[in-house]
Amino acid sequence: MDDINNHFEFKRTVFVTVGTTSFDSLVRTVDSDQVKEALLEKGYTHLVIQMGRGSYIPKKSSGEDGSLVVDYFTFSSSIADYLRSASLVISHAGSGSIFETLRIAKPLIVVVNEDLMDNHQSELAEELAERKHLYCARPQTLCEVIKSLNLDIIVPYEPGDANPVAKLINKHLGFPAD
Amino acid sequence: MVEFVTIFLVVITTTLLVVRVAYVISQSSKPTRNTSQKDLSTLVVLGSGGHTAEMINLLSVMQKDRFAPRYYIAAATDNMSLQKARVFEGILDDKGADGTQFMQIYRSREVGQSYITSVGTTLLALGHALWLMVKVRPHVILCNGPGTCIPICAIAFIFKVLGIRWSYIFYVESIARVKRLSLSGLLLYKLHMADQLFVQWPQLQKQYPRAHYVGRLM
Repeated sequence: MDDINNHFEFKRTVFVTVGTTSFDSLVRTVDSDQVKEALLEKGYTHLVIQMGRGSYIPKKSSGEDGSLVVDYFTFSSSIADYLRSASLVISHAGSGSIFETLRIAKPLIVVVNEDLMDNHQSELAEELAERKHLYCARPQTLCEVIKSLNLDIIVPYEPGDANPVAKLINKHLGFPAD
Repeated sequence: MVEFVTIFLVVITTTLLVVRVAYVISQSSKPTRNTSQKDLSTLVVLGSGGHTAEMINLLSVMQKDRFAPRYYIAAATDNMSLQKARVFEGILDDKGADGTQFMQIYRSREVGQSYITSVGTTLLALGHALWLMVKVRPHVILCNGPGTCIPICAIAFIFKVLGIRWSYIFYVESIARVKRLSLSGLLLYKLHMADQLFVQWPQLQKQYPRAHYVGRLM
């Protein structure tokens, strides 16, 4: 029993999510020895990869030889649970994943997919990185970003408020202010 | 003589149309003196993932009794968004007690589709959008980015010009757009089709002065 508790206590999971599409270059990068070593050095013990529709299959590992425990799945309806139990999230640049992670105040590295045609996605990640809410990387710089990770400088994200927009809409339509 | 009459009619019609379009645009940007306080049927155009989350955030602070019934539209290839809207509304069927409905629409262009084949699919999408708009004739249209909203808004604008239905069009640019408007946002902005266009970053408002910036939705 003690053993299990200890094990649980030291479990520090990195959750990787690519969203509803595929992002093989990210999955391949996190599955590389370099990145896994960098994560181990930072004290992470488990790596869980949501790989979506990607064709690259990462190598599962039970971590017996002191290496990272690696597991993967394609899709799940309970991404929120994975996010909550993670100590670090590595995500694609979709705004849904980004804000879901920021809202529960998990350290986040956003990896921009440079293969997308209309690459406006980097705008949001870069803006939020500038405001120190998250780290922004490309697949080829992910390893460096992990090595330089400093969770103390992350500024918690203040959730936005839809009320001002709703008020303006109501005003435009001639509804009385509440 | 016949030619003269034809030219005369064409000139008159064109002039009337231009005047009407200018009138619609100028009226749309002004707040209305809505004294009737009736319920306003509301069409909500949903997009994938992040778009839908932003829209639900907005809807959750809007008065459900004022904006009713609500018609949710999402691309036919997108099941997730309508599902999220159903969860938000607490309605499991296709229709709620107050007439709230969930509908799918053909998309003019899927991600990665070639531009040549997209001519045909665009026409199909336009026809479908027209059919839905004739059926729904919403008072209010809320959209926030997906390309699906362009045919809807264009048809709504034509309805306004023709006097079929006066819809109030509100567009909230996605939070993902920090430096430039999306194509949908840019079209609505340039063509003066939206009554109000909101952006979620101050630097974007500086570039598009007619847009409103009132903070972030997420």
